[in-house]
Amino acid sequence: MTNVLIAGVGGQGALFAGRVLGRAAIQAGCDVKISEVHGMSQRGGSVETVVRFDREKVHSPLIDKGGADFILALELLEAYRSIGYLKNGGWLIASTQRIDPMPVITGVASYPADIVEKLTKTGARVKALDALSLAIESGGAKMANVVLIGVLAGALAGDLAIAKEDWLTALRQAVPEKLLAMNLKAFELGHNWRENLGEIQTI
Amino acid sequence: MKKLLMGNEAIAYGALHAGVRVAAGYPGTPSTEILETLAKIHDGSVYLEWSVNEKSALEIAAGAAYAGARAMVTMKQVGLNVASDPLMSLNYVGVKGGLVIVAADDPGPISSQTEQDTRHFAQFAKMALFDPSTPEEAYAMTADAFAFSEKYGQPVLLRPATRVCHSRADVELAAPLRVSAPEGFVKDPRWVIFPRLTFANHIRLEQKLVEMSEEFSRYPKNYVTGGGTLGIAAGGVSYAYVNEALQNLGVSCKLLKVSSYPFPRDLALAFLDGLEEALVIEELDPVIEMELLRLMGSAGQSLGRSSGVKIKGKLTGHTANAGENSPESVSAAVASFLKLNAAPSQPERLARPPDVPARPPILCAGCPHRASFLAVKEAADNAVFCGDIGCYTLGNAKPLDMVDTCLCMGAGITVAQGLHRVEPHKTHFAFIGDSTFFHSGIPGIINAVYNQTDIIVAVLDNATTAMTGGQPHPGTGKTLTGSSPPIDIGKILEAIGVTDIVRADPLDHAAAKAAVTKVLPLTGVRAILFASPCAAKIKKPIYAVDAEKCRSCEICVAKLGCPALTMQNGKADIQRALCAGCGLCGQICPFHAIGGAL
Repeated sequence: MTNVLIAGVGGQGALFAGRVLGRAAIQAGCDVKISEVHGMSQRGGSVETVVRFDREKVHSPLIDKGGADFILALELLEAYRSIGYLKNGGWLIASTQRIDPMPVITGVASYPADIVEKLTKTGARVKALDALSLAIESGGAKMANVVLIGVLAGALAGDLAIAKEDWLTALRQAVPEKLLAMNLKAFELGHNWRENLGEIQTI
Repeated sequence: MKKLLMGNEAIAYGALHAGVRVAAGYPGTPSTEILETLAKIHDGSVYLEWSVNEKSALEIAAGAAYAGARAMVTMKQVGLNVASDPLMSLNYVGVKGGLVIVAADDPGPISSQTEQDTRHFAQFAKMALFDPSTPEEAYAMTADAFAFSEKYGQPVLLRPATRVCHSRADVELAAPLRVSAPEGFVKDPRWVIFPRLTFANHIRLEQKLVEMSEEFSRYPKNYVTGGGTLGIAAGGVSYAYVNEALQNLGVSCKLLKVSSYPFPRDLALAFLDGLEEALVIEELDPVIEMELLRLMGSAGQSLGRSSGVKIKGKLTGHTANAGENSPESVSAAVASFLKLNAAPSQPERLARPPDVPARPPILCAGCPHRASFLAVKEAADNAVFCGDIGCYTLGNAKPLDMVDTCLCMGAGITVAQGLHRVEPHKTHFAFIGDSTFFHSGIPGIINAVYNQTDIIVAVLDNATTAMTGGQPHPGTGKTLTGSSPPIDIGKILEAIGVTDIVRADPLDHAAAKAAVTKVLPLTGVRAILFASPCAAKIKKPIYAVDAEKCRSCEICVAKLGCPALTMQNGKADIQRALCAGCGLCGQICPFHAIGGAL
């Protein structure tokens, strides 16, 4: 069973990233469950989606704390918030984008400093990248989600691997025709980033 | 054929494949995607509409079912409260075509006002209810529900909860049923509810409930597995959590899966037989638990040991009686019940960090509601602000702090009247969104005019039903599947007799404030129509701060609560990726440091 939690801020496309991952896993012959959150929390609030896939039947759409093999975080504070879900030995891949939540904007709270360092100190395996810049390089800031999917796709190897063609099929199914080229480029930039991450064969 | 579907999409496919002819509903999380999906996938054979409210939607579906068509109505759980009047009566009248009422529950709650349990509503209304655990079951049970409804001639509830509605799975789709054309409406006294008819039908209804319970004991989606003296009963998504917990703990025990009501008594008796203890895992109310207790009361002594089967659950404090279940909470309850050590928890060092600021949902950057609230706040800060249901409920957050009450759809207008009767010296505003206005706001305004109350109604018209993702309503000129002449909110207010109506573009801050100032000293029912489209629907050039002109006064940040506007290195800063170009910050900056796109 592979459990991936995608964390972000409402509007960043966490749910869309989850769907692409789910479709790719189905292409690879897995049973899949995805949990999404719609409605009120999508309005700029914290958004988490969980994708679970396995060769065997997947029962629950949600995971325990400490149950995620991978966390993909679209925003640093959300990476920090979600760390409790990471499995011992799991990987957290975070975009360095910062979006201030309202308590920070109004001065009631402050945005934690040095989140990547703090996360690394927990002993978790943490990789941070500027997915926003890679997304803008692909044609739009909205595609940071697809960059992170590319990173995951590039890193999964061995038993965890999903063939690249399965990822591309998933993207073609999920993305409207006119935005496809941009999204494929964002995926490719993420995929190439694996040189910084190495191959992950087991958790 | 398999398809990756959200539970709500699965219900839409289930209804289409079961030959639904008419489907209506009102948007509400977590139910909204059912009708939206039907609108995308049907081949023209289904009549679909967003109705003005859930009561109307159910009555439309009832009419269709009277004429012999298969009909469906969708809503969130609190929508069923609005539709409860036709619901209660309809079950005494019955239907000809299958009628499935989908009411989506929201444990948590994640996006709702209540944690009510629709299974109780089914018991109250004496109706059958189907309760799927997965998107796969949601698909199959939709067809089962139509067949069941037609077989008994009664409307049937389908109650998916959030984690079914908004979970995705690879669903195996069956071949669509060939359903014959509806017979049409046949005049008959059975369609006219009268006390005598109600009494006669009540007798039949009680008999049907017994037959339904018997049939549900044989229904393949209700089942008992495993053995032993310890048993777990579960329904909904909690059943998946139980399976997962047993798998992780590496154990098995006797299991009862409950997927439909009236409660499958015979099956539950078979489950209880030979048990010493039973643990019930369910969300919202202890419905399964109370049914098991009832069975123990009537048949218990003959079932287990001399002391009977001990039933553990919400009523005994073994599971939480509020909020949604999680794999963790279920795992802990199951381990404790089976006297096992809980699965090893994660290392302490990965616990949730202590200094994470909350990220509550907020009004989007560029949202016109922010501008409307700001205009009223600046012109009438010491008034009382009654809010309502929609994105604009988020106006309660600081720094706007513009929602003093919020109860249910349409209640802002009437709660304001009640407040005003007690404190007539205060000014009372009632904010209402455009879709809520049509849903249930109008009668409250008529009441205010009729009873001559002094209130100010502020209609926040963003030309969509925004919170649920942007559905059309009667004021938009669009329907679920096409177009229709828009109904003018201002003309409705005029017709009701509201004499002082001002219109303002909330994004023109000076004009918006002037509109508020104009109606403030008047008496009677006054209305301000703030009209500006939802920021999610339009693209405008974005704004930027001229750092040299910015004096770091922080007025923009302190007043607006805009997610795109923050202080960076002591200067105001606009995040390009978030700004929607409303221009409100540019209008309130005292130093003219914020301007159109650079």
